Amino acid sequence: MSVPHRDDFGARIGMWLFLFTEMMLFGGLFLLYSAYRSMHPLEFHAASEELNVVLGVFNTLVLLTSSWTLALSLTAVEKGETRLAKGLLAATILLGVVFLVDKGFEWSAEFRHGIYPNGPELLKRAPGEVLFFGLYFTMTGLHGLHVLAGMTLLSVALLKLAQGEVKLGNSVFLENIGLYWHLVDVIWIFLLPLFYLAA
Amino acid sequence: MNMNYLEPQGRGAVRDWIFSTDHKRIGLLYLAVMTAMFWVAVLLGVLMRIEQLTMGPTIMTPATYNAMFTVHGVVMIFMFVVPGLPAVFGNFLLPIMIGAKDVSFPRINLLSWYFFIIGGALAVASLFLGAGAPDTGWTFYVPFSLRTGTNVSLAVFAAFLLGFSSILTGINFITTVHRMRAPGMSWHRMPLFVWALYSTAWIQVIATPVIGITLLLVILERSFGIGVFDPAKGGDPVLYQHLFWIYSHPAVYVMIVPAMGAISEIIPTFARRTIFGYKAIAYSSIAIAALGSLVWAHHMFTSGMGELANTVFSLLTFLVAVPSAIKVFNWTATLYKGSTKLEPPMLYALTFILLFSIGGLTGVMQGALALNVHLHDTYFIVGHFHYVMFGGTGFAFFAALLYWFPKMFGRTYDRRWAFAAWPPLFIGFNILYGSMLLLGLQGMPRRYFDHLPQYHVLHVAATAGSWIMVTGLAMLFTTLLRGLLKGSKAPADPWGGLTLEWTVSSPPPLENFEAIPTVDRAPYAYNPGRTS
Amino acid sequence: MTMDTSHPPAEPASYQTITTVWAALLVLTGLLVAASGVSPFWAVAAMLTLTPLKAGLVLYYFMHLKYEGPLIKGMVAIALTTLVIFIGMMFLDLAFR
Repeated sequence: MSVPHRDDFGARIGMWLFLFTEMMLFGGLFLLYSAYRSMHPLEFHAASEELNVVLGVFNTLVLLTSSWTLALSLTAVEKGETRLAKGLLAATILLGVVFLVDKGFEWSAEFRHGIYPNGPELLKRAPGEVLFFGLYFTMTGLHGLHVLAGMTLLSVALLKLAQGEVKLGNSVFLENIGLYWHLVDVIWIFLLPLFYLAA
Repeated sequence: MNMNYLEPQGRGAVRDWIFSTDHKRIGLLYLAVMTAMFWVAVLLGVLMRIEQLTMGPTIMTPATYNAMFTVHGVVMIFMFVVPGLPAVFGNFLLPIMIGAKDVSFPRINLLSWYFFIIGGALAVASLFLGAGAPDTGWTFYVPFSLRTGTNVSLAVFAAFLLGFSSILTGINFITTVHRMRAPGMSWHRMPLFVWALYSTAWIQVIATPVIGITLLLVILERSFGIGVFDPAKGGDPVLYQHLFWIYSHPAVYVMIVPAMGAISEIIPTFARRTIFGYKAIAYSSIAIAALGSLVWAHHMFTSGMGELANTVFSLLTFLVAVPSAIKVFNWTATLYKGSTKLEPPMLYALTFILLFSIGGLTGVMQGALALNVHLHDTYFIVGHFHYVMFGGTGFAFFAALLYWFPKMFGRTYDRRWAFAAWPPLFIGFNILYGSMLLLGLQGMPRRYFDHLPQYHVLHVAATAGSWIMVTGLAMLFTTLLRGLLKGSKAPADPWGGLTLEWTVSSPPPLENFEAIPTVDRAPYAYNPGRTS
Repeated sequence: MTMDTSHPPAEPASYQTITTVWAALLVLTGLLVAASGVSPFWAVAAMLTLTPLKAGLVLYYFMHLKYEGPLIKGMVAIALTTLVIFIGMMFLDLAFR
């Protein structure tokens, strides 16, 4: 039997605890990355040169900007400026789409060059480069899935905003989704230098 | 009078249960599934012992034996020992013990049960679907788990879902303890079981995701060949072991710390006095959670780690014994000059202390680097962790079940039969696992389907012990089942316990408390005039 | 149970603060990219300083840690410290094999 109960602070604690699990999930991958980079510094350097820095940096700017619009959107809700909040939230989702499209171009270019897990071109390389790309596809892929999940959740938040369920004085849902989206951004902040700028 | 939580709620018998977000009903849902899975795994264990009854093949092929110890381990660990006390007794009791009506996130609580049964179903399915049951052992070590043709991916995915279930429970418990305590329920007035659950929940939240990503990588490796664990592509299997044990060693404390918490509830009730060293027990739970997260590589002393790592992890392993010992000393000090009464829960709790001490001390032995080389991957390890996991957590689970059974179901069981089940359980246990300790010292390797003549006598003894033990188990569960069906009505406080769950009726009302209580004393205030 | 008021919800950050932080993040990204082209030393130095700084800005302002009490701040510290210790202790092995 559920008890009518509202505890915004408790909801935020719960969300943060969930974010810790995400940090540790990616943390395991960061652990592997640091271990393998320490074993194969030159190969990591060489493999990184093949990544498209322009696309990587562009995606960083896209994601940072999406965090900006989302943070603005939450403030707009808390100031009661719902129309503005909706627009900013929609912009955030759109930037997520841009990110994934860009990511798609990047991956497909690599696939065309035979650079994919178990790919013929990749298997000719030194073990360190195989590991670099193995981690690259795993980490950016898992990150991409998180972007997708975040966009889904943001869409739910947008719906709730439109229906008036998320509103001034009751915005913890949007706030928690926002925490998730920002964490996905934080993870990308680390992925950029580890993969694209390691050359 | 309020209706109790077991009465029909008008959605039909099935839907009343499987859609219920009541923490008490969810606790019982876990209990039902776990008991079933427990007996499946017990059966596999008995079959393995029968295989060792004679030299050469007895009743199965080596491949079947490999599948059996794998599934026995996966089911027992992920579906019985890890969720055992938190998911059943934690769910049922944590909110009541701190004076709350439910956990912070009741719907997520139900969701975690669904992850649990889906994970359980997939684990069972992995036995029958695909190219045969997984044969890697519960550790899924690479590179073998990448090469074997058996159904490893499904079993690994099942473990992933079970881990997610555990995470959601942990998130719920931490938030609940922070946010739902009744007025006056300060941290130092919380029952020690709650302290234990809180410490455990942190391990569940922080460490479980690491195994989550590790298992995902095994699946990715098997499906796409990404290379990170594959030595043929430059991957390092020792890193797999690091990641695996970063979770799986703390998971040992997820298994034992709540058990210790339950013992800390039972001992003062039947000694009729305040627990000795309340704060020492409470903070030692936190200390175990913290230190226990830093000893993982003692599983890898023979895996080719650097010498410095070996030394540091050996030292830390010795240190983690300290907070466990603090608890044991405090329990025994509580008994000293208490008005002890030997009811069934107390008998099983005292047994816990003895068996856990044996399990703990044999563990400390293996922390010594030189001895570890001799004992690694022998039956000594198997004996040791069964003393901890079964003698420890298992007996604490039985003690907790006997202690809280009247509260959970509102019925009593036959005390005489609960006592009668103890001798076969205890004697059979020690013959079975004591033989394993001796076999290991003599060099019998674990996970072998056959044995050499010099090990034969002890193997036969262990198998005989397993039969005696299972007899005791069957007696215990039959007693409880009969109590459930035919037991007389239980009073609100059959044992004279003082924590909040004994202040509500048995079984508890639908919403636990008609009015949220105000707490003005320490949890075990048996000694008049003392406040803590 | 009624709505809990013992902990006020996080204060809204002002539009101006958020925008300033965003601009800082863009500038830091530019510096990071520039430094990575100078020399390997500067690339690593920038990675080890600017990246945590950027992450910290997002955590502190966008994720409202600035406005949270000691409880959530402390929890975040525990989680991050644990992760760093895990990675550090793994290097006890790797660095001395």
